[in-house]
Amino acid sequence: MNVTVDATVISVRGLSNRFGAQVVHEGLDLDVRRGEVLAVIGGSGAGKSVLLRSIIGLQEPAAGTVHVLGTDLRSAESSVRASIERRWGVMFQDGALFSSLTVLENIKVPMIEQHKLPVDLMDELARLKIALVGLPADAAYKLPSQLSGGMRKRAGIARALALDPEILFLDEPTSGLDPLGAAGFDELIVTLKRSLDLTVFLVTHDLDSIFTCCDRVAVLVDRHVVAVDTPARISEHPHPWIQACFLGPRGRSAERALTLRTQEA
Amino acid sequence: MTTAQLDWREPDNGDAVLAVRGACTMQHLPDLLTRIEALRRVPSMLDLSDLDALDSAGALVLLRLLDRPQHYRNATVRIAHARPEHQALIELVAERAGADPLPVQARSSWHNWMVQFGEATSGIAAHAWELAGFFGTVNHCFWSILTGRRKLRMTSVVHHMERTGLDAVPIVSLLCFLVGAVVAFLSATALRDFGASILTVEIVSVSFLREFGVLLSAILVAGRSGSAFTAEIGSMRSREEIDAIKALALDPIELLVIPRLVALLIMLPVLAFIAMLSGIIGGVLVGAMALDISPTMFLVRMQDTTELYYLWLGLLKAPVFAFLIACIGCLEGLKVSGSAESVGRHTTSSVVQSIFLVIVFDALFAVLYMKLDL
Ligand SMILES: Nc1ncnc2c1ncn2[C@@H]1O[C@H](COP(=O)(O)OP(=O)(O)OP(=O)(O)O)[C@@H](O)[C@H]1O
Ligand SMILES: [Mg+2]
Repeated sequence: MNVTVDATVISVRGLSNRFGAQVVHEGLDLDVRRGEVLAVIGGSGAGKSVLLRSIIGLQEPAAGTVHVLGTDLRSAESSVRASIERRWGVMFQDGALFSSLTVLENIKVPMIEQHKLPVDLMDELARLKIALVGLPADAAYKLPSQLSGGMRKRAGIARALALDPEILFLDEPTSGLDPLGAAGFDELIVTLKRSLDLTVFLVTHDLDSIFTCCDRVAVLVDRHVVAVDTPARISEHPHPWIQACFLGPRGRSAERALTLRTQEA
Repeated sequence: MTTAQLDWREPDNGDAVLAVRGACTMQHLPDLLTRIEALRRVPSMLDLSDLDALDSAGALVLLRLLDRPQHYRNATVRIAHARPEHQALIELVAERAGADPLPVQARSSWHNWMVQFGEATSGIAAHAWELAGFFGTVNHCFWSILTGRRKLRMTSVVHHMERTGLDAVPIVSLLCFLVGAVVAFLSATALRDFGASILTVEIVSVSFLREFGVLLSAILVAGRSGSAFTAEIGSMRSREEIDAIKALALDPIELLVIPRLVALLIMLPVLAFIAMLSGIIGGVLVGAMALDISPTMFLVRMQDTTELYYLWLGLLKAPVFAFLIACIGCLEGLKVSGSAESVGRHTTSSVVQSIFLVIVFDALFAVLYMKLDL
């Protein structure tokens, strides 16, 4: 690995995605740096989830390249691919938990598949992840269908964290969480990022999350990334969608909360 | 980064200090665990000044080295010289991992086996009761449609007629053609010794008109469409689509069950008829090619010996079988709960039940026809 690779963990160049006649992405460029939390925002249907799927290789792009940890996954050998895949954790928008396994088993699946660890340690680790994402201990033995929507979301994050990944892909983790839970989640991201040197690719609509835990924000409008900048500076970007988003009532209150908090600190 | 190394340090005050160096992460955990097992003593302090990398799994292993889960929180003070970010992580892990004692899960024992056996037995009775209840519900809904209080969804009916009926024609006719040929061969082999090969005609035509045509098509439809009904309705159920239907003030029976039932009621007799024809054609072909019974002779003999009402006796069973297959398929689908595994289990159960009941009812019909001297 060379130096540039170390600084940029994910690099997307000239990405285009199409579904039939519908063009979702066109000439999309994006870089994610090591150790940062990058938020991707954009309207519903702007193609955020599709972008995430193209980065992790679930969606074959029509054009363009995606490098993750310096490797082009599409041309890489399957063993290289697998070793990269082991270094990321993904939480899908609707959880995508295995419906016939309990929450505990769901979290143990990646551990069992990738590492040979003693069973009691795996149990304890899985329960640690459950506690980390703020699920009650008795949720461990429940099936996904027996959980509430927000609990399913948390269980999905716990499974994404199972292998202590370097890169975390989260698709709208705080939607469906109560405000306290969402705030707790932002805190968790900050702690994990600091201690695990975690890089987070975060798709979100939550302006509070953006101001509390994100280093940079990428705005996905009109089929490509129109701007990438820090939360404070992006709100001054002249693009009409960004203006409408950040200067609306929700944007202003979130920003005000941030300034208050920094003043206190 | 290298795997974590463990070295003892002996400070003056007699503490057992263990220095951890290198990377203490998930990836290196198996190596680290073997090293920990090789330790002779339990350390009272950990020195993390030379630790390069730590993740939550590594932090947990270090805490386990020091104490039991209930005491993780107090154990953090016995970790020295950790970098601030490592210290923060260890504290987070100690707080969360030690927070809740492990809830106990029931272990299976012979007692549980007995309980399971009992539950399974009483489950069969409950199941039969439930099936009878569902037949009633469906009939009630059907009656409301006949009396015009509810609508029959024609588009859906036609769609299912195509999928359960029309699409099944090739497989049903091919299968019955082959079985017809086999029956002809078998009976000819047995009857040749008596010089009565010509009786093959009656055997093939009577068996297909009265039994095989309808039975084979019902079994095929149970495997093809009954399972599809369960899987479709079941996955709708597990994605809360059935709840959505109810919440929209619609009736899942009217919307999902009745169209499938009506489609099968119409199409199974048609399929059975096609099955009878294919079976007889199979017999005719074998007769012509291997037994010196020309097609004309076959048909003349059939006209002389086989009664037309045999056809009606066979076709009469088709709606009954259709009702069984559709109701069981839909009921099993509606019983699915949550998981993908549950969809699979109910689909299996649906096919097994419908084939079983089809054969049971076929036997009942045979007894009935015999008693009525038909
Ligand atoms: N498998 C697919 N087949 C066809 N079109 C698709 C497919 N997946 C996504 N799309 C289309 O691509 C567009 C972008 O979808 P995407 O799921 O990325 O939106 P999003 O930005 O994540 O929205 P949201 O914030 O609501 O989750 C949408 O118009 C969607 O209809
Ligand atoms: Mg999305």
